[in-house]
Amino acid sequence: MRLQFILGEIGGGLRRNLSMVVSVILVTFVSLTFVGAAGMLQLQINQMKGYWYDKVQVAIFLCGEGSTAAGCASGPVTAEQQDNLRTLLESPAVAQYVNDFQFESKDDAYKHFKEQFSNSPIVDSVTPDQLPASFRINMKDPEKYQIISETFSSQPGVETVIDQRQVLERLFSVMNGASLVAVIIAGVMTVCAILLIATTIRLSAFSRRRETGIMRLVGASKTVIQLPFILEGVIAAVIGAALASGTLWAVAHFFLGEYLSKQYPDTAFISPAQTLLLAPALVGLGVVLAGTSSLLTLRRYLRV
Amino acid sequence: MIRFENVTKVYDQKARPALDSVSLEIDRGEFAFLVGASGSGKSTFLRLVLKEDRATSGTVHVAGQNVANISSWRVPRLRRGIGVVFQDFRLLPQKNVFANVAFAMQVIGKSRSVIRDTVPEVLKTVGLEGKEKRMPHELSGGEQQRVAIARAVVNRPGILLADEPTGNLDPTTSMGIMGVLDKINQNGTTVVMATHDDDIVNEMRKRVVELKNGKVIRDEARALYTSMMPVVGQSRRLKDASGRDETADSGGQAAREQAAREQAGEGRL
Repeated sequence: MRLQFILGEIGGGLRRNLSMVVSVILVTFVSLTFVGAAGMLQLQINQMKGYWYDKVQVAIFLCGEGSTAAGCASGPVTAEQQDNLRTLLESPAVAQYVNDFQFESKDDAYKHFKEQFSNSPIVDSVTPDQLPASFRINMKDPEKYQIISETFSSQPGVETVIDQRQVLERLFSVMNGASLVAVIIAGVMTVCAILLIATTIRLSAFSRRRETGIMRLVGASKTVIQLPFILEGVIAAVIGAALASGTLWAVAHFFLGEYLSKQYPDTAFISPAQTLLLAPALVGLGVVLAGTSSLLTLRRYLRV
Repeated sequence: MIRFENVTKVYDQKARPALDSVSLEIDRGEFAFLVGASGSGKSTFLRLVLKEDRATSGTVHVAGQNVANISSWRVPRLRRGIGVVFQDFRLLPQKNVFANVAFAMQVIGKSRSVIRDTVPEVLKTVGLEGKEKRMPHELSGGEQQRVAIARAVVNRPGILLADEPTGNLDPTTSMGIMGVLDKINQNGTTVVMATHDDDIVNEMRKRVVELKNGKVIRDEARALYTSMMPVVGQSRRLKDASGRDETADSGGQAAREQAAREQAGEGRL
């Protein structure tokens, strides 16, 4: 009975305050979309880092079947060449710059590739043979990349030496900048949302002051009096959060999945399903925002 | 049922107290009028009973509990034991008679079947049978006040507080309302009614507590609106009305002294 009564009160409140409720929904929608966009950029950065990014700095790719580099004139790398390279890496001249190194076989490469590009159709057309084996090197000082490059580029069996960080870091700094901007916009919009929710709840409490006055007099508990107002704000915020989650999903599905991944097939993009991981966080954030701001407003404007 | 012990309520440090060391006891099942001019402390008295305000000093006991010891989350429970009726009815305009009364039960979580059984019964008690579906604006003032009374007593409170319930009504209608309040009182509910409707008080012949400037200046059983006895602080009009020379003299003396005291008090402040 009481639950039904509270639900009825919420329904009445939402209807009576419709235009304000719609504006709360829109403002939370926009602010949470920006929060989500920042989250999505971070997910995308993680996706692009792949298996090796945080573990090593330099990759020495070995010659494969169709390698055309100068060092690969003699065909794919042989076991002997591979052993020579390993010995060279362990020699004191090189070892002083190296923390650690790992060998990635073609099969390992294929496994990591499949993980990183799991959202992309390219994964079906790639076989382990097409991927080069490599030595992945964790440098004591990443700045000394040049030394490794000079030592190994000319070795037989080496296709190329790449400083992965240099390739990706510029892109990541752009993306991090973009997430920062998104977070700042989200912050401003969140302040907007909090103020708007507070105003809405205040109006709602004012327009129902007769009812709340009577409820107080006949001894309704604080919960029964306040809950409809709080839930009003929370419901509006949850709808806004759901819209924001939907928007993020649509961006991942249509923009990243259908458009960008075709333009840049060699880049790993996040999947639409991954953006849905952000949804509970957005809904939770919306609930917390709306709940606290309406609770604080009610403490000032609704005497119990 | 209601006991005030040396209760003082100060709203503003610079002004005189709204209630000044009031001690008063109203027993279970009693019917008491609270009379006095505006600003005499009637409303403050009612607010203290409801714990809408805290007494500055002294203790207020309601239904055996010191209200100062009731924690804020238990206040609703206190208020469930007290019905309140106002001069301006305070009905919900968009709800019909039945819904207005049922509202008081819904918000404290009564089940639908209990509501369906109780509300018509209470409406019958206040004389509104067959008007369940009317909207408040379709009712006369007297009928609206009956709805308000029904709402106040539907949860069977032990105490009914009425703040000028007949203030907006004509004398005949007022008497009808008094009949309803009397009936509720007969059923065992303690009724405290603040009023300055002298006809009603004279007609009912119940206990009268008169407040002036926050002090109880008269507390008589089966009394009239104006006292027949000379009392300290009695007004000139009352004294003239009594028409007895010797009492008029002594009363006048007392009134002058009182006036002088008040003047001195005001000068000090």
